[in-house]
Amino acid sequence: MASTLRFVNGRVYDPANNIDGEVRDICIKNGKVVDSLPDDTPSIDASGMVIMPGGVDIHSHIAGPKVNLARKLQPEDHRHDPHPGTNFTRSGSGGTVPSTFATGYRYATLGYTTVMEAAVTPIGALHTVEELHDTPVIDKGFYLLLGNNIYLQTLLKEGRHDEFKQAVGWWINKTKAYTAKLVNPGGDEPWKGKRNSNVTDIDEKSDLLNISPRDVIEAFVKTVNELGLPHPPHIHCNNLGHSGNYKTTLETMKTAGDLRMHLAHIQFHSYGGEPGKNPDSKAVEIAEYVNTHPNITCDVGQVMFGKSTIMTADAPLAYLLRGFKKGKWVNADAECESGCGILPFSYQEHVFTHALQWAIGLELFLLSEDPWRIMLSTDHPNGGSFMSYPKLIRLLMDKEFRKEEIGKVNQKAIAKTNLPSLDREYTLNEIAIISRAAPARALNLKHKGQLGPGADADITIYDDQEDKEMMFNAPRYVIKSGEMVIEDHEFRNDYYGKILHSAPEFDEEISEDIRPFFEKYYSIEFENYGVADHYLHEHEIIPRVSS
Amino acid sequence: MTETMILIPGRSSKQGTSLNKGKLKEEYIDVTSILEMNMDDMTRLKLKDGDEVRISNEIGSAVVRCKGRKPDDLPSGVLFIAYGPPSSELMDGDTAGSGMPLSKHMQVKIEKVAA
Amino acid sequence: MAENTRIVKNATCTFCGCVCDDMELTVDLDKKVITKAKNACVLGRAWFAEHQIDDRPVAMIDGKEAPLEEAIEEAAQVLVNAKFPITYGLSDTTCEAQKQAVAISDIIRGTIDTTTSVCHGPSGLAFQDIGESTSTLGEVKNRADLVIYWGGNPAESHPRHFRYSVTPKGMFIPNGKKDRTVVMIDVRKTPSAPVADILIQVKPGKDFELLWALRALVKGRKVDPQIQVMTGVPLETMTDLVERMKNCRFGVLFFGMGLTMTRGRHFNSGALLALATDLNEFTHFVAKPVRGHGNVTGADNVVSWQTGYPFGVNFSRGFPRFNPGEFTTVDTLTRGDADAALIIASDPASNFPKAAIEHLKKIPVISLDTKETSTSKLSHVAFATSTYGINTAGTVYRMDDVPIPLRPAFESPYPGDEEILFAIKKRVHELILSKCGATGATGEARVASKLML
Repeated sequence: MASTLRFVNGRVYDPANNIDGEVRDICIKNGKVVDSLPDDTPSIDASGMVIMPGGVDIHSHIAGPKVNLARKLQPEDHRHDPHPGTNFTRSGSGGTVPSTFATGYRYATLGYTTVMEAAVTPIGALHTVEELHDTPVIDKGFYLLLGNNIYLQTLLKEGRHDEFKQAVGWWINKTKAYTAKLVNPGGDEPWKGKRNSNVTDIDEKSDLLNISPRDVIEAFVKTVNELGLPHPPHIHCNNLGHSGNYKTTLETMKTAGDLRMHLAHIQFHSYGGEPGKNPDSKAVEIAEYVNTHPNITCDVGQVMFGKSTIMTADAPLAYLLRGFKKGKWVNADAECESGCGILPFSYQEHVFTHALQWAIGLELFLLSEDPWRIMLSTDHPNGGSFMSYPKLIRLLMDKEFRKEEIGKVNQKAIAKTNLPSLDREYTLNEIAIISRAAPARALNLKHKGQLGPGADADITIYDDQEDKEMMFNAPRYVIKSGEMVIEDHEFRNDYYGKILHSAPEFDEEISEDIRPFFEKYYSIEFENYGVADHYLHEHEIIPRVSS
Repeated sequence: MTETMILIPGRSSKQGTSLNKGKLKEEYIDVTSILEMNMDDMTRLKLKDGDEVRISNEIGSAVVRCKGRKPDDLPSGVLFIAYGPPSSELMDGDTAGSGMPLSKHMQVKIEKVAA
Repeated sequence: MAENTRIVKNATCTFCGCVCDDMELTVDLDKKVITKAKNACVLGRAWFAEHQIDDRPVAMIDGKEAPLEEAIEEAAQVLVNAKFPITYGLSDTTCEAQKQAVAISDIIRGTIDTTTSVCHGPSGLAFQDIGESTSTLGEVKNRADLVIYWGGNPAESHPRHFRYSVTPKGMFIPNGKKDRTVVMIDVRKTPSAPVADILIQVKPGKDFELLWALRALVKGRKVDPQIQVMTGVPLETMTDLVERMKNCRFGVLFFGMGLTMTRGRHFNSGALLALATDLNEFTHFVAKPVRGHGNVTGADNVVSWQTGYPFGVNFSRGFPRFNPGEFTTVDTLTRGDADAALIIASDPASNFPKAAIEHLKKIPVISLDTKETSTSKLSHVAFATSTYGINTAGTVYRMDDVPIPLRPAFESPYPGDEEILFAIKKRVHELILSKCGATGATGEARVASKLML
């Protein structure tokens, strides 16, 4: 194995280090980027190529109980898209929910080297870790669903804020998670316990616990910032997908004050109109709030036309979507922790709502004044597969292409947006920001998303091409931790990526407070819960940050 | 005298505990060779507990011992046996494209084995 | 109490799909036996008591004792030289071992199938068509006020299943069983019947008809009164059940192999899953197959995440293909397609259809089992392995997809399934690489030992 590598004559896009298309050498030694290498080190000529840090996906659904249910649910999604193995890589199957091996290899073929799984129940964390071990090449971590956790909500109801903080710390440690994830906070109890109903207002108090979604959001923002988790609470707001939901989204962001907050797939939360009626675009209002509040980061959750799979902890939403076609549907309640809904889905150009969603996502990208805070995602596989990222990049970089595509979709929907008037074209530097530098910064992954000395040698090298979709579809080289995984567009090596997680400090005594609740209301033993250290294998603890 | 009945193989506690000892042990073989049968059916066929009967279909046949169950518990015309080698003898390998052989609800002929 | 005694708390019983993880085992370390299994049911007690260290060779070739390395070499040679090698079993071993088995099948381009295909395989097919509204068992404990068992006899097959569904007090079920209505639907009055508040006896083979009539009634449609004659269930009983289902707060339908193994197979499971889905228009309703062997749910999960499909997967074209009836084990054996078999922790030679067993006798079989079985006896290569959960650590999945780590009680002189399968995998990979003459690619040698596991 080559412990050193040098690429010369390539154009480097490393926005974190203010390098914008400069031709310079990239040197790699022992898995890290270094300043220089001895003169006799062989070089690879990267003339006519573009060098970027490996991609970082801040929000994707790739492993764990719900993902596996979605895989099992859709043989038809795999059959048309086999993923053959090689002498040293495993085979798998593709589609919108690929098998674990195919997921890792396919992310790598797009030049992505770090991916965060965005929603894991604590009771399903061990399952998730097992699948992540079978997801090759990429480094990976996961966000822990805590926003509908009954024990934590009970603490809030009782006003026990310090215990709440200790318990969040306990849960993150116990499961080896990265940060807390909130999905439709307050919505689980009406779903499971009140005949499949839902919470509709951020200030609506639950009958059972007498707290509102806002109370939950506020508590998590404060706590996660106090605990110094490397990524702020990752929030899927209430009312996802509903007309008029942009008000809820604005209220959610206001709840943060000036503390860090990440909003997931904000496109799904930027709709005007009356509930139950057709939506219109409120991308301008949402983008303006984000633009003027530097404490907020978000990913877009772009919708891409074609087959998708809805998989979400927002069970009432999945059931609502299921109502349109009455097709197959999975609901999976996790005791005391979360709900979950899954169904196959298809976004179609002629459908008003789908075209509007597509256009709103693009508006948000194009209205963003700070690419460091509005990041690229399709909420894979909800808005579409991560395999559609290259096409999305072309839509952002190429206004002529975008114009053609706009012409193909429902024009009544387009008329509800400002999309045709937006002429902006993303630069390669901005693409490097929204797909690697910004997510790495929002995750506080200091060694990723950049190519300065000491950075992880996770590097992608593309042939510079006019057609950006072609370009981003097939990097010539992909290097993971200094290993040449893809060379001349072909796999040369397998690589075993590590698990990234946090380990915040907390008061161990809290576990004696959790235990009696657990023993009463869970169905497994307290000692058998969570992810024991020996399950981790290759891993890295991302240190706490001070806010 | 021969009659056609419906055989339902299934699990039983004894089958479960004895298979832990070993499937080649006498106890397991014994447990899986007892056929439960409606008492009225037994009377009609002139059978008593412990009598040997032959159950057969187009696939194969097995000789097992019968044991009476109250008509309330087991309807007339239905037979129960714990899974094991005798039930395999009667199982059709055709799965109708499902992977699952028809393992319950098998039509079988039942006749007393002359002592 | 013996001097050299160890207590293992929170141990897990892997006999049935309940995988109860509240065992307290007393272990006599000198004799290597579990002398007491507190909290275990009758099946669990037998599981722990009977898994002692047998005196058998760790490996045998054609019935004769052989060194382990030689047996691994022979197994690898058989698998690599076969044209249609099948792997089967897997439900009574750890996920870690299951991963190795899938890897072997991938490398040798064989077929992998698990005991799911002859258990709840039809429910897996129904799942692909209908989906499933479901939940973990803790939610049933906390919330279910209507509990229906259909075509199952948990008292004998899963004796402690009721501790999740019937007897416990839960968050919204403060009085336990008193707050729940329990319904049993079966063709016979099983030993589970005493637990039921309502007993419904359906005619054998008429489950689908009854389920479909219930679906119609839930949707407010009229049904032909002839349905009563056909199913043996009075219409009043059906309407009463429908009202209970629509009006409960949290209903659950547990179903067993009384649906999957009988006439109708996946149509029966599908009808039941559709009924549970329909009921969500009125209230919260979930369904759950009551799975069999200790880690059959783990096998479904591992095979699914590695290949995209739950069972019956073939790799002959270099990628996974799924086709029940084509790649499921009863079929590959009955049709005579398989020319070698790797059987892990399962005994098809004692419970498969006769025609399948006859073919198994004709081909080289490699078996891994903790005990001597009909299958190990007819094996060309037979490995004796240690018992998961008793001697071997690892992960298992409960029937509701909840993963649980194992806490072994005592060491066995025999290797675990994972260890043997890992060795076979490594060797078949070497053999395949040399067979296709792969040389010189970057890092080939290193990669051979580091293949994505």
